[in-house]
Amino acid sequence: MLTSADVPLDVTRRTMSTAFDYAAAGLKVGLEVHQQLLTQEKLFCRCPAGMYTSQHDGSVLRHMRPTLSELGEYDGTALMEFKTKKNIIYLLHESNVCTYEMDDTPPFLLNPRALDIAIEQCLMLGCDIVDEVHIARKQYLDGSIPTGFQRTAVVGVAGRIPFQGRELTITQVTLEEDSCREVSDRGHLIVWRTDRLGMPLIETVTAPDLRTPEEVEEAILLIGRVCRSTGHVRVGIGASRQDVNVSVTGGRRVEIKGVSKAGWARKLVHTEAIRQVRLLELRDELHRRGLTRPADIGIEHFDVTDLFVASELSQLRRESWQRLIDEEGRRPGFELGRGPFSVRAVRLPGLAGTISHPTQPGLTFAHELAGRIRVIATLDQQPTLFHSEKWPDYAESRVEFDRLLRRTACGPDDAIVVVWGAEEDTVTAAEEVRIRYADATDGVPHETRQPLPDGRTDFERILPGPDRMYPDTDSPPQRLMPERIEQLRAPLPPAPWVREGRYAAAGIPRSTIRYLIRRGGARLVDLVVNEGGADLRRACFLFGEELKALRRRGLGIDRIADAQWLRFFEILESSPVIWEARSRLVEVMAGSPATDPGELASSLDLGNAPEGWRERVVSLARTSVLDHSNGRPGQRLRFLMGLAMYELRGKVSAHAVENLLLEELGGAQ
Amino acid sequence: MSCSDELKGYRGRARQRLGEWGVRVWSDVRVTNTAGSVFEGVILPRSETFDDLHLVLKLHNGYNVGVHVDRISTIEEIGYREAVYKIPEKEFPARPDLPKVTLLGTGGTIASRLDYRTGAVIPAFTPGELYGAVPELADLCNLTTKKIFGVFSENMSWPEYATLAGAIGEEIEAGADGIVIGHGTDTMGHTAAILSFMVQNLPVPVVLVGSQRSSDRPSSDAALNLIHAVRAAAYGDIAEVQICMFGPTSDRYALLHRGTRCRKMHSSYRSTFRTVGDTPLCLVSRDEFTILNGDYARRDSERQVRIDPTYDDRVTILYYYPGMKPDLVDALVDRGYRGIVIAGTGLGHVNKPLYPALERAVRAGVQVMMTVQTLWGYAQMYVYDTGRDLLDLGVVPLDNMLPETALMKLGWVLGHTDQHAEVKRLMQTPISHEITAREPHNGYLILQGGLPEVEDFITSHWK
Repeated sequence: MLTSADVPLDVTRRTMSTAFDYAAAGLKVGLEVHQQLLTQEKLFCRCPAGMYTSQHDGSVLRHMRPTLSELGEYDGTALMEFKTKKNIIYLLHESNVCTYEMDDTPPFLLNPRALDIAIEQCLMLGCDIVDEVHIARKQYLDGSIPTGFQRTAVVGVAGRIPFQGRELTITQVTLEEDSCREVSDRGHLIVWRTDRLGMPLIETVTAPDLRTPEEVEEAILLIGRVCRSTGHVRVGIGASRQDVNVSVTGGRRVEIKGVSKAGWARKLVHTEAIRQVRLLELRDELHRRGLTRPADIGIEHFDVTDLFVASELSQLRRESWQRLIDEEGRRPGFELGRGPFSVRAVRLPGLAGTISHPTQPGLTFAHELAGRIRVIATLDQQPTLFHSEKWPDYAESRVEFDRLLRRTACGPDDAIVVVWGAEEDTVTAAEEVRIRYADATDGVPHETRQPLPDGRTDFERILPGPDRMYPDTDSPPQRLMPERIEQLRAPLPPAPWVREGRYAAAGIPRSTIRYLIRRGGARLVDLVVNEGGADLRRACFLFGEELKALRRRGLGIDRIADAQWLRFFEILESSPVIWEARSRLVEVMAGSPATDPGELASSLDLGNAPEGWRERVVSLARTSVLDHSNGRPGQRLRFLMGLAMYELRGKVSAHAVENLLLEELGGAQ
Repeated sequence: MSCSDELKGYRGRARQRLGEWGVRVWSDVRVTNTAGSVFEGVILPRSETFDDLHLVLKLHNGYNVGVHVDRISTIEEIGYREAVYKIPEKEFPARPDLPKVTLLGTGGTIASRLDYRTGAVIPAFTPGELYGAVPELADLCNLTTKKIFGVFSENMSWPEYATLAGAIGEEIEAGADGIVIGHGTDTMGHTAAILSFMVQNLPVPVVLVGSQRSSDRPSSDAALNLIHAVRAAAYGDIAEVQICMFGPTSDRYALLHRGTRCRKMHSSYRSTFRTVGDTPLCLVSRDEFTILNGDYARRDSERQVRIDPTYDDRVTILYYYPGMKPDLVDALVDRGYRGIVIAGTGLGHVNKPLYPALERAVRAGVQVMMTVQTLWGYAQMYVYDTGRDLLDLGVVPLDNMLPETALMKLGWVLGHTDQHAEVKRLMQTPISHEITAREPHNGYLILQGGLPEVEDFITSHWK
């Protein structure tokens, strides 16, 4: 087993691959890739999908209580989240939510278009489509969905896609409603915006088949390409996000939630592998000390508010707490827990030295404790805690710390954690310290963790289990007839790897291929090649490279209809010379999407050599002079070509012009 | 367990195949289909309203899927996991210092669990179950529960009303400090109205409560409604029949509505109940009561309750619409109805072609009452000729009594007398504010969205 000292603290690509042996650690990673579907309306109501607002014109206050699962058990996460006693506010805007999102109207029937797109996605991922779709309720008590559950249904199972010379297994694909966007989370109050709520998305779950951070990055990109290849999913910020499930041998599945970029996932997986390995070391250390079971962890906590009334450690004084509350307008019983300001010391018998056990790069076990305290006890001020292994340094530091040790009867083998805030919350915090250590006797707890930009993670919640699922009694099951599936299968584009192979064989660069598949240009390429007889390489170049620049200039390229593109290549067939003026023609097509491209080409005089062009070129060659005399060979030719083609591009081929010029320049060159 | 239970809900082909495979509901199975996909999970009971072609599996990850029985190539039982679906039951703690509250159950979803067969929710009801689900109740009262019946509220009717009235009397005799009635919300208004007549001279509060979001969901209003209702019953000062439901849709406070003046106004909103033509009685939060309408009967343990559960159920509401044919009225008379409450237009009108039929009805001894389908406002039949004509025919105007309340009261009155003059006197004499002398100007408030001042209000208050 690796020891902490072996593991590099930074997470650059170079050190990642060389200094940590993922295979030895037994790294296993699976993905849950979320992809919004491109529909007009939301999944269970008729609100517009994809209309985001930053304002609100109404709000609702709610709370969540855990309920029983179908098999009669409470889910652990549900109970945890109930403990946090959150006040939940939903911000509403009339333009994008109705009473369904407010949980004041039952769901309407499942949006059939969303189901069709989900089936398409399943087929693209090689899944078997289920015979009867059952909508389930998946509990989320964090408030991210006002009902307290997400409506979700398995549509496909058992998919396989080629991946790095082997197969990546798709365990299942579910169709589900998107959640709210978090606006703020402060103390006992969390605020959500409801605009995104209810938009249809699919979640693609892979088996834990991935073995290195690089594979994780590649797999995310691959699934993304598959999803986007139909053109029926949303693209852009927030349209796709993934949860990354990581474990090492002896560890447990930990879900890193809401990773928006594949490259970020690479860093996060690396860090999580290290964290798990180190938590296993801590477990071994606890076992050496005879703390082998959760019940072996005992804590004692003390109200020590009086010890710090005049402390230099300003956080521990009532005045600074009051200032924080006043500045942020935190209301007792709303953002704040009940009770007066308290400083609470938690004594951890026999745990000296363990708080500073390293976990993630630059972090220790104290960070694990702080995460739970922040989330569950809702003590979110910084820092969340002080502890005996890194007591802050100040003038009276030693004196105050000694007083603390005496008050708590803390011996040399013990550790101390100090928290502060509303009394009720500090008591919850003390209990969370105990629970986190109890979990540590068993190694790695099942957790959902939020990713931090630097590749580290922080506690978000306990990982929910199957106990949070129960059937949606508001929605009937839906039979999927084979005819419907076949109808959807027929027009599907080829899988990205099929296209990739075909394009690569034609010599198209990899980056262009990926762009085409990601942005839906591949569909147009195949259309004009298969139906318009276009040259594959030309089509790839046009749709994969050149249009990028035009699009960036804000031209309405996407307004150009398929038929117009077919016509465009038909014109090229009869007048190949127009290819040289393609940007000009496309630009005009984008401006007049309803006009026949042939007419547009004629109006630009494309395809026809103007009368007297030869004479004009010859005259140009004879009269034009470079503004400096000693030009290098070819420079004069290029200069003249530029002048001539300015007028003749798309009318006379560059080749013909060049030949004429060469002939004319002759000896001069 | 009988054989039929083992295949609960499965019919036809699916049932036959399950029998052939030798697996049953709650079998933990590995199913391989013709495409080679493997499903591992527990066979769930199937709703009888679903088709007979699919097997419902709860996969080990918690999702349910339906597998077509003809697509199954192999099925192997690897275990058996019968769900024990039960709300954790803890003994409700006895606290001699707290008031005694009786919860009478009629059905509905005040606390519930799922039923696989129908997909419906089954009420959880014993104090122990309720304590498991809503532990806060133990801080409020000593709770006794009695299940009077288990019906959906649309199935509540006259015999149930009479039984319920009797049960309330018994609990009060037995010393309850307050009574809570768990009730489905659809007809809660009707029950509240009839109980206001069948149960008079109350010494303690009688509070009807339900939920708009069933208690099997985390966002349910059931727990908070129950807490508010128990508080109103145990500590509230209003000794009348009242409805306790969410004031706003937010989890903030409940409103207590008088049983005779209350109506369900939205098919699914939490704040569906509204007092019509008056202000609600009281606002109940977790910490306090705020009286909104001081004109109520105060709690008084000396008062002797009077239970009067007599009724005649041959009564109906005629919801008038333009072009209504007189044969409808004739048919009601022919079928033996004894009382008709008309929900008329405007101030209490119907069209002229109906007059002869109404006259025939009155002459046949049928009591014809007039209320307004506008819900707010009074039947004022002296204003127009049409109204005066109807009065001449013997139609009795009921001022601002709500049509449903009038129906309930008429059924109750007809249980006592058939004499037109006496029926008229009883109907027009309010017993529990079903007719009010005055309509306060804030008794009719239907704010309209879009207006700047209303938008100002709703953006600055939780809905």
